[in-house]
Amino acid sequence: MRFLFKTDYDDDIRLFPHSGYVFSYGTLLVLLAIAPFVLSSYLMSQLVFVCIYATVGVALLILTGFTGQASLGHAAFLAIGAYTAAYLQQLGVPFEIYFLAAGLLAGIVGAIVGFPALRLQGIYLVIATISFAFIVEEILARWESVTRGNEGMRVKTLQLFGAAVPRDSPAFFFVCLAVLILTIVGTLNLLRSPTGRAFVAIRDSETAARSLGINVSLYKVKSFAISAGITGLAGCLFAHKLSFISPEMFTLQLSIEFIIVILIGGTFSLHGAVLGAIFIVMIDPFLTYLKDDVPGMIGHLAAAFGAGSERAGHIQDSVAAVASANGLKGAIYGIIIVLFVLFEPLGLYGRWLKIKLFFQLFPLYKRATFKRQKLYVKSERNR
Amino acid sequence: MSCFRAENLSLHFGGLKAVDAVSFAVEKGEILSIIGPNGAGKSSIFNLISRIYRPTTGKIFFEDRDITEVPAYGIARLGIARTFQNIELFENATVLSNLLVGRHRHSVTRLWQELLFLPSVRRAEKEHRHRVEQVIEFLDLEPYRDKLITGLPYGVRKVIELARALCTEPKLILLDEPSSGLNVEETDDMSFWIRDMKSELGITVVMVEHDMSLVNRVSDRVIALNYGRVLAMGTPDEVQRHPDVIAAYLGA
Repeated sequence: MRFLFKTDYDDDIRLFPHSGYVFSYGTLLVLLAIAPFVLSSYLMSQLVFVCIYATVGVALLILTGFTGQASLGHAAFLAIGAYTAAYLQQLGVPFEIYFLAAGLLAGIVGAIVGFPALRLQGIYLVIATISFAFIVEEILARWESVTRGNEGMRVKTLQLFGAAVPRDSPAFFFVCLAVLILTIVGTLNLLRSPTGRAFVAIRDSETAARSLGINVSLYKVKSFAISAGITGLAGCLFAHKLSFISPEMFTLQLSIEFIIVILIGGTFSLHGAVLGAIFIVMIDPFLTYLKDDVPGMIGHLAAAFGAGSERAGHIQDSVAAVASANGLKGAIYGIIIVLFVLFEPLGLYGRWLKIKLFFQLFPLYKRATFKRQKLYVKSERNR
Repeated sequence: MSCFRAENLSLHFGGLKAVDAVSFAVEKGEILSIIGPNGAGKSSIFNLISRIYRPTTGKIFFEDRDITEVPAYGIARLGIARTFQNIELFENATVLSNLLVGRHRHSVTRLWQELLFLPSVRRAEKEHRHRVEQVIEFLDLEPYRDKLITGLPYGVRKVIELARALCTEPKLILLDEPSSGLNVEETDDMSFWIRDMKSELGITVVMVEHDMSLVNRVSDRVIALNYGRVLAMGTPDEVQRHPDVIAAYLGA
């Protein structure tokens, strides 16, 4: 085990506490840099989605994980970013400007959504953000002069500094990666300064936050605006990656996927957003694979256990019918959330920390280390 | 000049008069205790001062300035800090970040500077940390710096809450039952700290307290409340001998 001897206040401020971090993140960066030249184009495309989802995950972590305000409306902020980008691109605005405009507009809308959130808590806030998402979806479908309604919009190839960056090129991956890294670094900076601590304070006790001079309303609105703004930036990249956007892409299901990203990754650290994004992006091909192959496998299995060929075919057909049923994906997502909340509340990153600690302390690891301690009685009156 | 003054302060919940026309003044640099049976309105007075409740009638003044309409977050910026009866710490954060939140009213950095973590932000952070370390030393909290609040025992949390209030560098501090849940030794420590806050840091202290031995040891003056009304005001001895106070406590 490594013991750090701190001799300076900087030791608690710097992002990499010791050289081990520099080494492991450096290695990761090198691996990501050579990834486009090694991985298949399909995996690269998935990796781009991981970057975009992780960026949204970080945004949602700021709001939900650190400020404690739930949101099921982030698909709408993504949509605002995507449509702003698509619309401004049509007008001939360069990428550098409409990219920022996408973030800015989403941020402003986020701040406006933040205001009703000042009076709502918990489940009510969730309902309010869901309704906001529906409103945005509806506006996108109806405001045909700008969004072309359900016809959708084409998004032309990204032009960065005069060079075309096609959506499946390595350069596009690097753009997305850069946005993700900048987002993470900015968020880490925020979290180690007064604003980030105010967010955490609001999450844990609004009453105490107020009594320490934190303008709770202002910081909630700030948190909404920052979170929505980052999501807007991701939306711009999302639009370019898909090259075609339409209102039915930004549904409640997408918002739920973002919630899954942070729930499964772990809500207490930014690592969670990245791990959760990898999970959610990779589960899709996995489910497709299951859908295509499981019925056949079960059919063979049934035949092997002595079912007649007609009966085996029948079983195979019914399994296939279940596997391709509408909304099965939603059900699987639901089960995954429930299982994680029950058995792995700290998410994938929590699991990673547990495994790491197991080896660091071997053979002295105690499971109780990560057990949630009993909470002392806390006043609910003054909330 | 009085440090703090309440005039004709009332708080009614429908027909219930939690605080009923209470007036008192706190002199600069004194320790004032508010005592009274359960439900006498002691904590309600604190909640009125820190603006968790709005007074039904009456005014409150801090350094001769009317602060009745100042928003809750503005109270701390004026230099009034408080602790809570049922500890309100930020549970899922470390002791250090809890205390650094206490420095919030002194933070001057802007959002965009923080996003880039400019040298000015780093300098400000170090200054905050320096002040926090002074409080940590004052209250002997060194062993707990990097611990999460969730894992700490009650007595330590109580001290951390006091520390967080001190980190705001207040002129007036409101302590809501500082000794509740503490053992004899911890209560002794608390009484020394309260007196040190007055003598070394020059902070005016108002506290709600049930432990009469602590009240006798530290207070300059005592106010006794019952049913939201002031029963008696004066030195600890005078108040304890007051017939109305004895009646309220013993039900004679």
